[in-house]
Amino acid sequence: MAQIEEVSIDQFKHLVSERALTGETMLLNMGPQHPSTHGVLRVLLELDGETVVNAIPDIGYLHTGIEKNMEAKTYLKAEVMSDRLDYMNTTGNNLVYCMAVEKLVDLDVPERAISIRVILTELQRIASHLVWLAAFGLDLAAMSVFLYCFREREMIMDILELCSGQRMMTTYIRPGGLWRDVPVEFETAVRDFIKMFPKRIDEYEALMTKNPLFLDRLLGIGILDAATALQNGVTGPMLRASGVNWDLRKARPYIGYDQYDFNVPVRTEGDTYARYIVRVEEMRESLKIVEQALNRLPLGPVRSDNRKFVPPPRSEIGVSMEALIHHFKLWTEGFPAPNASVYCAVESPRGELGVLLEGDGSAKPRRVHWRTPSFDNLSVLPKIVKGHLVADLVAILASVDIVLGDIDR
Amino acid sequence: MDKKLETIVQALQENFSTTFEEFRGEVHVFVKAENIVDALILLRDKYDFELLSALTATDYWPQQSPRFHVIYQLTSLVKNLSVQLRVPLNGDQPKIPTATRVYEIANWRERELLDMFGIEPEGHPDPRRILMPDGTEGHPLRRDFPLGYEEPQFTFNLEEIDLQKPYAKE
Repeated sequence: MAQIEEVSIDQFKHLVSERALTGETMLLNMGPQHPSTHGVLRVLLELDGETVVNAIPDIGYLHTGIEKNMEAKTYLKAEVMSDRLDYMNTTGNNLVYCMAVEKLVDLDVPERAISIRVILTELQRIASHLVWLAAFGLDLAAMSVFLYCFREREMIMDILELCSGQRMMTTYIRPGGLWRDVPVEFETAVRDFIKMFPKRIDEYEALMTKNPLFLDRLLGIGILDAATALQNGVTGPMLRASGVNWDLRKARPYIGYDQYDFNVPVRTEGDTYARYIVRVEEMRESLKIVEQALNRLPLGPVRSDNRKFVPPPRSEIGVSMEALIHHFKLWTEGFPAPNASVYCAVESPRGELGVLLEGDGSAKPRRVHWRTPSFDNLSVLPKIVKGHLVADLVAILASVDIVLGDIDR
Repeated sequence: MDKKLETIVQALQENFSTTFEEFRGEVHVFVKAENIVDALILLRDKYDFELLSALTATDYWPQQSPRFHVIYQLTSLVKNLSVQLRVPLNGDQPKIPTATRVYEIANWRERELLDMFGIEPEGHPDPRRILMPDGTEGHPLRRDFPLGYEEPQFTFNLEEIDLQKPYAKE
């Protein structure tokens, strides 16, 4: 039998109020096995009746050592680990990792590959927001929204499967371009989605946006002001719901985001409802970007022809000795990267997703650090739940949109 | 280098006699450990670097001095600039003054430093491990920490390995 250790309050003494020490307030575990913690998050709550006095998040239950594992692999092989970080935003993780590698070794990407990257990451953003909306609805006891959202998400998963053969762990974006070109059915599949989806967003909004029960649960709950948000490194929709117009796609356009016409939804209330509105609006804006990118999808190669970093196409391997050598070298040794460090950041559905990549002159990175938005966004939780009810904590936690794989890495 | 960034790097140079490196348009400023909090305050209050984007470290083992670089990636939303501060630390008992007074997010990020690299944040309000379980030996992201696997148990060494196994016991 496993021994059950009794945990003393001593290690949390400095985090709870004095009333907890005398037994006036109660300490209660929420999670790690709790449906509304979106995975394996444990929150230690200090409760006065049903009111939250203090909340102490305890993370690490999903720690998989991805950063350490990536250091032991070549740059190409390490990429498959990036999918497993934030499993709701896999193409986005691939994208930022590939951008960092491209920056480190100075590699160009063809136009067509860039456009397809935009389409896929924006579709993934919609899919991520759909999962968020589904779970958010579920936490507030709106079961039907959950089912509707997963229906539409499956269409995006089908598009990803069409391209890469995988629904979630795509590893489709590679350093120097893409794994391969999109199939011919890709365009019709995306067009069908674009045609159908605006009506579906209206449906969700009809169910939720002006629903009095919904408003009762959300308005004025978990207010986060802009100064606290910035102090705590909060980024993404959460920051924009607090009135700060900061979106890396606009502020520092990467993969040609400056060529697309889209708005950045900003709300000033900073409460749970504002976060909901910002995310729903973002889905509409992402759809606009997808449509524009699809309309001007250029023809051409999808991989850089720099053979020192990018494997040659399959057709060349049979006829060219050099191609065979390059292919063999890349898949056995990998390519060396300079002894230098780069930091690359993109706007993930949750905020600033950054990767700090440091090479040491060999084919394996010395250090890969993931600046994951959920980690910083969660750290603000104790500050915004104080004084609310336990039921509101569930709503606030859902509105933060955490992905535990993203937090624990 | 960007003109606006140039003045900031110069100001850091004058105040804290820092050096800097540039690579692919990124600026890395090397600051001494005793100056880091003042440098962060200067950047936050005078040059609008409101956001501490990342706080992490790199291990240059087996090199011992410096063995670590503690990395502060700062972002200014108003000026749309980024700068990276690096603090070199020696391998024996690495310590860094805490930045929690300047940026609150440094609280969790420094706990991660403590957990993963064993770099002690001095004056930290809540110095506990953040990701690994309490009682873990060593610091996983150090380069001399093995990327370990569980030793397989066979009939001849079942009990011997069972004794060393900290988890997964019935």
